[in-house]
Amino acid sequence: MTRTVDLITAAVILAVGAVVIADSLRLGAGWGSDGPKSGFFPFWLGTILVLTAATLLVQAWRRGARTPFVSRQRLRPVLIVLVPAIGLVVLTEWLGLYVASVLYLGGYMRGVGGHRWTTIVLLAAGIPIVTFFIFERWFLVPMPKGPLETWLGY
Amino acid sequence: MGLENLLLGFQVAITPFNLFVAVIGITLGTVIGVLPGLGGANGVAILLPLTFTMPPTSAIILLTSIYWGALFGGAITSVLFNIPGEPWSVATTFDGYPLARHGLGAQALTAAFTSSFVGAFFSIILITFFAPILAEVALRFGPPEFFAIQLLTFSSFIGLGGGHPLKSLVSIVLGFTLAAVGLDIVTGQLRLTFGVTDLMKGFDFIVAVIGLFGIGEILLSVEEGLTFRGASPRMNPRVVLDTWKVLPRYARTFMRSAFIGFWMGFKPGGATPASFMSYAFAKRFSKHPERFGHGELEGVVAPETAAHAAGVAAMLPMITLGIPGSPTAAVMLGGLIIWGLQPGPLLFTEKPDFVWGLIASMYTGNIIGVLMVLAFVPLFAAILRIPFAILTPLIVVVCAIGSYAVHSSMIDIWYMLIFGVIGYVFKKLDYPLAPLVLALVLGDLAENALRQSLIMSQGSLGVFVSRPIAGAITALALFFLFMPVLTPWWRRLRGTSPLPPTLAGH
Repeated sequence: MTRTVDLITAAVILAVGAVVIADSLRLGAGWGSDGPKSGFFPFWLGTILVLTAATLLVQAWRRGARTPFVSRQRLRPVLIVLVPAIGLVVLTEWLGLYVASVLYLGGYMRGVGGHRWTTIVLLAAGIPIVTFFIFERWFLVPMPKGPLETWLGY
Repeated sequence: MGLENLLLGFQVAITPFNLFVAVIGITLGTVIGVLPGLGGANGVAILLPLTFTMPPTSAIILLTSIYWGALFGGAITSVLFNIPGEPWSVATTFDGYPLARHGLGAQALTAAFTSSFVGAFFSIILITFFAPILAEVALRFGPPEFFAIQLLTFSSFIGLGGGHPLKSLVSIVLGFTLAAVGLDIVTGQLRLTFGVTDLMKGFDFIVAVIGLFGIGEILLSVEEGLTFRGASPRMNPRVVLDTWKVLPRYARTFMRSAFIGFWMGFKPGGATPASFMSYAFAKRFSKHPERFGHGELEGVVAPETAAHAAGVAAMLPMITLGIPGSPTAAVMLGGLIIWGLQPGPLLFTEKPDFVWGLIASMYTGNIIGVLMVLAFVPLFAAILRIPFAILTPLIVVVCAIGSYAVHSSMIDIWYMLIFGVIGYVFKKLDYPLAPLVLALVLGDLAENALRQSLIMSQGSLGVFVSRPIAGAITALALFFLFMPVLTPWWRRLRGTSPLPPTLAGH
């Protein structure tokens, strides 16, 4: 339910605020020898967070919307985007961005879109290769690389 | 004095390379504006790393051109597909989409682009005259005045943003908190890192923008089950010229909307209320208010003029005060810092070629922009016919590349995903995202201004009230801050609702 998510969000923000206050107090939230100490600004930020989040908690508790946050059938498309995206990042850690995006683009087009293999091979391989030239060659912005790039000598 | 500076600016903006950069920027920007999940702010953020090796003036021309392109692109999706790419395009769909469904899409688009151009041009002329004056005034500002302006920036989000005031406040403070993570440059102490090495670098606003607006927006749009059933515009020079013949009829609407846009726009979060307000005014003063919502050309003219006037006006505080009026301007401000420029009034004296090149490029960029979109609308609209299973993973890959490129750091791609989920949840719970990004960008500047002010006054908050300029700005800021509390009370007192009904819903 929306109300539950609203409550959880407010509670998380409240907790963040409390953590911020705690760390600010450790650093010193008062006046140092040459001005406000490191914790001064975050301390007040944390305080505002805790106070507003507490009010939001009460508001959500009293009159939060009891409509579903996201219906089961609507959650499916969201997960179909989110889970492969997480997969892309995990693969990037191992294989580098280029190889990971070939697998990700190809897998997505086949698994979700059901496109023809020729389209898939052309796009899934073509897009990362174009990206490689734009970033690594022309603009000299390096991307994460993996075993394949090492083997190719990059 | 202003004119010769502007000429100097044109000498910078009209070099072949910079014109080329503007064309590239507008093309990319329009594509970005048309694509779901990509808007002006994260388009600029993703492409920011590519500008690191460019001269600053060309770099800012590229980014601003992307911005103009994205604004134009937003109109294409609103009119043809009934999908407002940005909140300030919502009002454009009211009459733009009905027009497109009646087969008048080309007329609606011509009106939208022309209005955008007129609105933008109006604001650019005002910027040309007001920016140097404002910068001159701002040169006398000290830390208390700058902190007061920051206060005004954020309280206007709470008071005028139209969302839940407490949730707006939470967004702002969360942004400031994220900005505080990492090394405190004043004392050299580590804050909020809890011994985690990855946290020492802090959170980069570019990654936050890409996650919140990019990934979050995709998740939201797939949940809403977007299908692109768009009308195909039959754009040709005849239609454009015929529509141009009709448009002078709306001269009053143009002027009124441009004024509303500029006036609302240089305050943060102003573009959306400006577009709704000018739509409501156009309807009220129209001889045929009943036609609004069913395909009235004036209903496209009014919000588009205001939204673009506001979008351009948001650049005014960015170049004169170093305080951005919109998330996109915030990303550009971040760019200035990365290119080694100190944003603020000093830019006018120290880097006149940069500032005036930027202002001149607003003229050239918008002229090139309106011609390009008028000529290539069908091409840009065709992008939305690319199957969803190709577009979605492509956008995710582009977002990942943009996040990594900022610091060449893998953790940033993970942050992007986390920000994406936060953006999705926040958007659904009505927490506004723009103030969070602005606070993340301005966090260090705001904190330094506060610290220096307090050092000046030896810890007394009276410094924000006793200095005349700071006092006036603080008073205005407090007024905006308490507006959500005052408005219902005021309404009850008068017994009427002061807002037009279309505004109240947003």
